[in-house]
Amino acid sequence: MAKYIAKRVGLAIVTIWAVATITFFLMNMVPGGPFLSEKAISPQATAALEAKYGLDKPLFQRYLTYIGDALHGDFGDSLKQRGRTVMDIIKMKFPVSARVGGLTVCVALLLGIPLGCIAALKRGKFLDSLISVVATCGIAVPSFVICTLLLYFFGVKLMLLPTVGLSSWKHFVMPVMALSFYPTAYIMRLMRSSMLDVLGQDYMRTAKAKGVAGFFILFKHALRNAILPVITYVGPMLAYTVTGSFVVEKIFTIPGLGGEFITAINGRDYTLIMGTTIFLATLIVIMNVVVDIVYKFVDPRIKLK
Amino acid sequence: MKKRVIALMLAVTMVFGLTACGGGNSGSSDGAGSTDAEQSTDDGADATGSTDDSGESAEAPAAASGEKILSVQVGPDPETIDPALNSAVDGGNMLLHSFECLLTVDEDGKLAPGQAESWETSEDGLTWTFHLREGLKWSDGTDLTANDFVYSWKRVCDPMVAAPYAETVLAMVVGYDQAIEGDLDALQVVAEDDQTLVVTLSAPCSYFGSLAAFATLSPVQQATIEANGDAWATSAETYISNGPFYVSEWVPGSYILMSKNPNYWNADAIKLDGIKWNLIEDANASYSAYQTGEVLFIKDVPTEEIPSLSGNADFYVDPIIGTYYLSVNTEREPFNDPKVRKALSLAIDREYVAGTLMQGTYSAASNFMGPGWIDTDGSQFIDNANGGQPYIDVTNYEANLEEAKQLLADAGYPDGEGFPSISYSTNDAGYHRVVAEYLQQAWGELGIDLTVDIVEWASFTPMRRNGDYDSARNGWVGDYSDPSNMLDLLYSTNGNNDGNFNNADYDAAMETSRTTLDAKERSEALHTAEDILMEETGCIPVAYYNDFWLQSDKITGSWHSPYGYWYFMYADIADGAGADNADNAEADNADNAEADNADNAEADNAEAEVAE
Repeated sequence: MAKYIAKRVGLAIVTIWAVATITFFLMNMVPGGPFLSEKAISPQATAALEAKYGLDKPLFQRYLTYIGDALHGDFGDSLKQRGRTVMDIIKMKFPVSARVGGLTVCVALLLGIPLGCIAALKRGKFLDSLISVVATCGIAVPSFVICTLLLYFFGVKLMLLPTVGLSSWKHFVMPVMALSFYPTAYIMRLMRSSMLDVLGQDYMRTAKAKGVAGFFILFKHALRNAILPVITYVGPMLAYTVTGSFVVEKIFTIPGLGGEFITAINGRDYTLIMGTTIFLATLIVIMNVVVDIVYKFVDPRIKLK
Repeated sequence: MKKRVIALMLAVTMVFGLTACGGGNSGSSDGAGSTDAEQSTDDGADATGSTDDSGESAEAPAAASGEKILSVQVGPDPETIDPALNSAVDGGNMLLHSFECLLTVDEDGKLAPGQAESWETSEDGLTWTFHLREGLKWSDGTDLTANDFVYSWKRVCDPMVAAPYAETVLAMVVGYDQAIEGDLDALQVVAEDDQTLVVTLSAPCSYFGSLAAFATLSPVQQATIEANGDAWATSAETYISNGPFYVSEWVPGSYILMSKNPNYWNADAIKLDGIKWNLIEDANASYSAYQTGEVLFIKDVPTEEIPSLSGNADFYVDPIIGTYYLSVNTEREPFNDPKVRKALSLAIDREYVAGTLMQGTYSAASNFMGPGWIDTDGSQFIDNANGGQPYIDVTNYEANLEEAKQLLADAGYPDGEGFPSISYSTNDAGYHRVVAEYLQQAWGELGIDLTVDIVEWASFTPMRRNGDYDSARNGWVGDYSDPSNMLDLLYSTNGNNDGNFNNADYDAAMETSRTTLDAKERSEALHTAEDILMEETGCIPVAYYNDFWLQSDKITGSWHSPYGYWYFMYADIADGAGADNADNAEADNADNAEADNADNAEADNAEAEVAE
């Protein structure tokens, strides 16, 4: 087990390095730069800025400097948000996204798993059809549509919920609803199909024949086997969700990290692009390792090598 | 075993929720050894979770607390609110409320005393002397003197600061060239005593007063900048200012809260206790917030709502000094022929573009220099242009089109025969795409085949600047109302001369306007320049910019300037604010007419003009 984890961590570091390297060179290949605006700034000012942030050096040298600094935990200053370091921005914005995202994942799991099970157990019945319709909608309807609808009904028409910011629990309701719609629907569908698969297995029939109570069959025998695909999905989903959604943050004016991914790219804020990308890559890699370990506990047949 | 599984799964899902909830606090304790700036940004993030009051105070400004906080939206998170670094309109609007320059611009667009009580110019126009008010203070209560302006202005020239507007505002000061190379003390800005600031110019600059009122030249406090570096302007604690308000809280991406500055010299005239700038990025979101009354003023109105809003008492359209124009690459065939350029220009139905495609939020442009630019004698520049006649008669599109066809034939392309296929490049925002599609049709009338090239914003700017296009969207909003600010764009070596327009007579006229001391001669030179520009069609003006916004009638005493700024510092919130203001839209005009707010009246006029 320890050996396995060590191996995975080693692989993870290589993966993150590869992501960082590819991102670094790709982003520098795209035309444009951080110091351009509709109004041209003087050549002296541009030159001074480039010198200040080391952009006047050859690309490969900048790459080496960047990787060296990053290894020491220094992700540099944001090129656009003058006076803030990339770490400042992540430290300031990630907790906000993570709070919204964490709630979203909880909602998705707490709703998705039971509803998926119910759909599987009531297969072909009205409840199953209803859940399937909702799940299909949840997957098909993009989040900005959901956001707009929520905003219109709960914010503008009913005036039940505040529309701007995150200053009370009420402010969390709409963003969490909007964000959790898709993962809930996805988990419901995963849960339903894998549950159906498990329910048809021989050992289920054996358990039933042995007279195990229905409740136990479901929880001890079926759920534990059926939940594996959900775990696979939840790992990376968690990483994406806690780093924030650009659309939802924009519509509800949430000061989260999601918006920084997009604005950094649009503004060619090179250091921030690198910082957010490495951060997300790291989270995803960590979540994948965690998922593998959780597998082992859920299904002892799986051997971690 | 089972328990452990459940516990682990719970841990995985909850750990983020928990760290998230405790994020702000743990950040602060981590920050024990870090700089002040870091700590305070952590506090900022923390505040997201804890401040319930600010949201409510916006909804009920006249609530029990007695705090009168005006909640507005002028744009998303500003990139910077460091006066030296800002180059954006929304950032400038915030600077206007937190800082005050030597001079200010009043409601009528005239220069007025600011931190300087009076000022005078020497006869040769080269020496400007500003006399500061007595007892000026920073928002932290310390004294503000002429030396603070000396420091701030030199800082603008500092190559390590790399202020985008340095050249615009200080290039005419003696020693500027040495200063931008790093020798800051060469800049001839001298504090003769604590209350007298003397500036020596290398050439007369009749509009230097406007520059002295320009946000880049706001005073900034040396102590806080030296202690905090660039980070001084990123958190409320270190952001010391001298204007009617100071920043008391900033949650990046969420809001900036400004509180009344009791140390401001004219604090008695300030009626609001604070202004909350909601950093809403999405136009639909800001419109919702306006409808629910969470925000009383929004700048970003969804364009699809405009048809239903125009005519409402709370929907305003007011001109700003700026022009939406097309750059044509004058170095490329066939655009090197002025006849071709003029034909392309005349084939555009500007009234249709501004009135219909742009839904009346723009006005058809007959000149390059639109309304709001001030001539040397204080009159409207446009009234004196071309002998008082428009360069292009925008009301007679049919005749223009005939002339365009004739010009194209004269240039050797009758009915567009032999005319190469050309492209039009633009980024995709606002009305840019519909204008591009219209151009395909309009230039199609001349027999020209146009392809539209939509380019991502960050790639578009360098592409246009490098001349890597046939024709492209362009635009400019003035920084100050002197016409040179926009006419300079077409000067052969200007960094924004994207079309590479190169005309010796034009350059000569602009040179004259820079050096002459005679107001009349200067005015003539500027008009000559515009004459040449329009005759040669150095660029194709299409429409004049307007600002359009929604403003509750509960706001009184605010005004909008042709620079694209809203002045809320002397505003007030009428009684009854905080009550349900969703029925704003239905509020009748009577309230507006009663309010002795000249701007409302002006805005209504403008709206009427646009509507016609």
